[in-house]
Amino acid sequence: MATFLGINFFALFGQLLIGLINGSFYALLSLGLAIIFGLLRIINFAQGAMYMLGAFVALLGFKYMGMSYWVALFVVPVVVGLVGILIQRFLIRPIANEDHLYSLLLTFGLALMIQGMFTHWFGSSGQSYPVPDVLKGGMRLPFMYLPNYRAWIIVVSVLVCFSTWWMIEKTKLGVYLRAGTENPQLLQAFGINVPLIVTLTFGFGVGLAGFAGVMAAPVYSVSPDMGSNILIIVFAIVVIGGMGSIGGAILTGLGMGIVEGLTKYFYPEASATVIFLVMVIVLMIKPSGLFGKNT
Amino acid sequence: MQFQKKTLSTLITGVVVATMATTVASTALATTDGKVKIGVLADMGGTYADLCGPGCVVATRMAIEDFGGQVLGKDIELVSADSQLKPDIASSVARKWVENEDVDVIGGLVSSAVTGAVTQVTNSSKNITLITGSGSNAFTTSACSPYIAHWTYNVVALANGTVKPMVSEGKNKWFFITADYAFGHALEAASMKIIEANGGETVGTVRAPLGTTDFSSYVLQAQASGANVVALANAGNDTVNALSAAAEFGLTDYMDIAGLLVFTPNAQAMDPETAQGMRLTTGFYWDMDDQTRAWSTRFEALHGAIPSMSHAGAYSATMHYLKAVKAVGTDDSDAVMKQMKNTKPDDFFARNATFRADGRMEHDMLLVEIKEAADRKSKNDIYNIVEVIPGNKAYSPMLPSCAF
Repeated sequence: MATFLGINFFALFGQLLIGLINGSFYALLSLGLAIIFGLLRIINFAQGAMYMLGAFVALLGFKYMGMSYWVALFVVPVVVGLVGILIQRFLIRPIANEDHLYSLLLTFGLALMIQGMFTHWFGSSGQSYPVPDVLKGGMRLPFMYLPNYRAWIIVVSVLVCFSTWWMIEKTKLGVYLRAGTENPQLLQAFGINVPLIVTLTFGFGVGLAGFAGVMAAPVYSVSPDMGSNILIIVFAIVVIGGMGSIGGAILTGLGMGIVEGLTKYFYPEASATVIFLVMVIVLMIKPSGLFGKNT
Repeated sequence: MQFQKKTLSTLITGVVVATMATTVASTALATTDGKVKIGVLADMGGTYADLCGPGCVVATRMAIEDFGGQVLGKDIELVSADSQLKPDIASSVARKWVENEDVDVIGGLVSSAVTGAVTQVTNSSKNITLITGSGSNAFTTSACSPYIAHWTYNVVALANGTVKPMVSEGKNKWFFITADYAFGHALEAASMKIIEANGGETVGTVRAPLGTTDFSSYVLQAQASGANVVALANAGNDTVNALSAAAEFGLTDYMDIAGLLVFTPNAQAMDPETAQGMRLTTGFYWDMDDQTRAWSTRFEALHGAIPSMSHAGAYSATMHYLKAVKAVGTDDSDAVMKQMKNTKPDDFFARNATFRADGRMEHDMLLVEIKEAADRKSKNDIYNIVEVIPGNKAYSPMLPSCAF
């Protein structure tokens, strides 16, 4: 086998690829958060709970209504997005003019309540969701066995991330959106319904979390605490990438997946902390994040 | 500056007072007021909540009710609290209970790190702990105490039950995916010892943080190790996630997976296609015989799910404790513990059991196999019992230094 300095290169390639898979998953998750956090300046701590909700809606839809994975990919984000819209309209909007801390505390409390309810209803042990038949099995690469579903995660994440980035940075809708954050009064003067745009953007960001939940269901056990485990990591990624930078969140998500993957290979004990270490270093050197603009 | 100085001095005073309070606290002893108060400290909403959380409270309450609700002429009181799986929180709850609220005995106790912190408090205050959820064997070896009753299982029994037969069958090269905390380390060490003693070898280990979601990286390392068995020395959702990653990356096609600690809710959470045929060791299975079924049906009606071994253990331990209190006519820890050790526990859970001087409750363990999906009559029908392992074969002999 190809080895150098005691490092097995085949194994290393495998770890890099896995890092890339996890990274694309992180990118998908941080995307929704980056939109809500970056464009609306709402620190949405319920994003993890929405991700968990997405996985559960897919699971329950499958169990009780026979909803297939492919249908779930479209239906679940809409359902979760609607929940998000309700939350924004009735809970967040009334405190929109208060300090950011208010929405942070509100969404944090909400996340704990949602997680608590799901633990009460479904228990803490998690349940399994089958991999769709078409994506079962895998490919044998020279250095590792790549399950089809993992390859599918990369493809879908890249597609969704790119189209979201394109929509926000390159289309007229995106322009309105960014203008709404910069100067809501002026945009309103042009006859645009800014509160509606804000609500829909929030719904879209939350819907993305629901989408990530469906993507995660076949590979990770669906449990009430799946969201809280991953939320802090995703927040760290958004901070490293730079608040408000959609592209930054995507690239950082991919990069952090790889960093974490390599840590799992060289020093697994630190794999849960390495992202936060990177965050500390980045904040010390460039407080606005890797891709952030000074605000 | 003035302000800072003042703050600093206040802080130092606070620390000094707190330290003094701890010293005073550690000398306070268990009360013998003739009123039995049982505290159940467990994981009420975290990752181990299904293993020993609200269910352990239900089981303890069942034991109290079956006992008649009274002992020494007074009502038996039950309190419970959430350990949040945090040793510091658990130990301060335990301290509050034994210091200020006259709790006599603490049960439940899941996660060895939490239990270690709690027993430090209860050992010095001479309160009995009935450990029903955690598995480290330290509680009857390196950290043994006259006030510990380790009831349901421990890592040695799991390793003897699951690992030994596999090594004897020629599965001699092992790779460990281990939960990176007290329990995982203990389980790994106990298993390695047995592998070595039976002529096998450990070709690699990897320590994964508790609560890891994605195990694919570790599975890949296992694949490259040249092992023929991958042992999962973890618990709860970690085991379920690790197993599904192993299946996904094709590991299960040419390697055996040994789930060293699997509770019933975890076995139910596993995809039957990947988990079928996997053998594991447990202290209890609800569908073993009429006795277990009778109790489990009652438990399910109250709790909404079938009992796992820690639930059954919580009932059995509480019952044995209460019987001893009644027999000696006092709630004095030393007298009660002596009586508990002098009588053999015997109920639907504790079969052919003895409660040893070192605090280990030695009872028959079960080697079970996860059923194929097609053979399951209901969602609760998950195991075939392969073998009953006698207690003295499952647990290691008592250390002379722990014979209290």
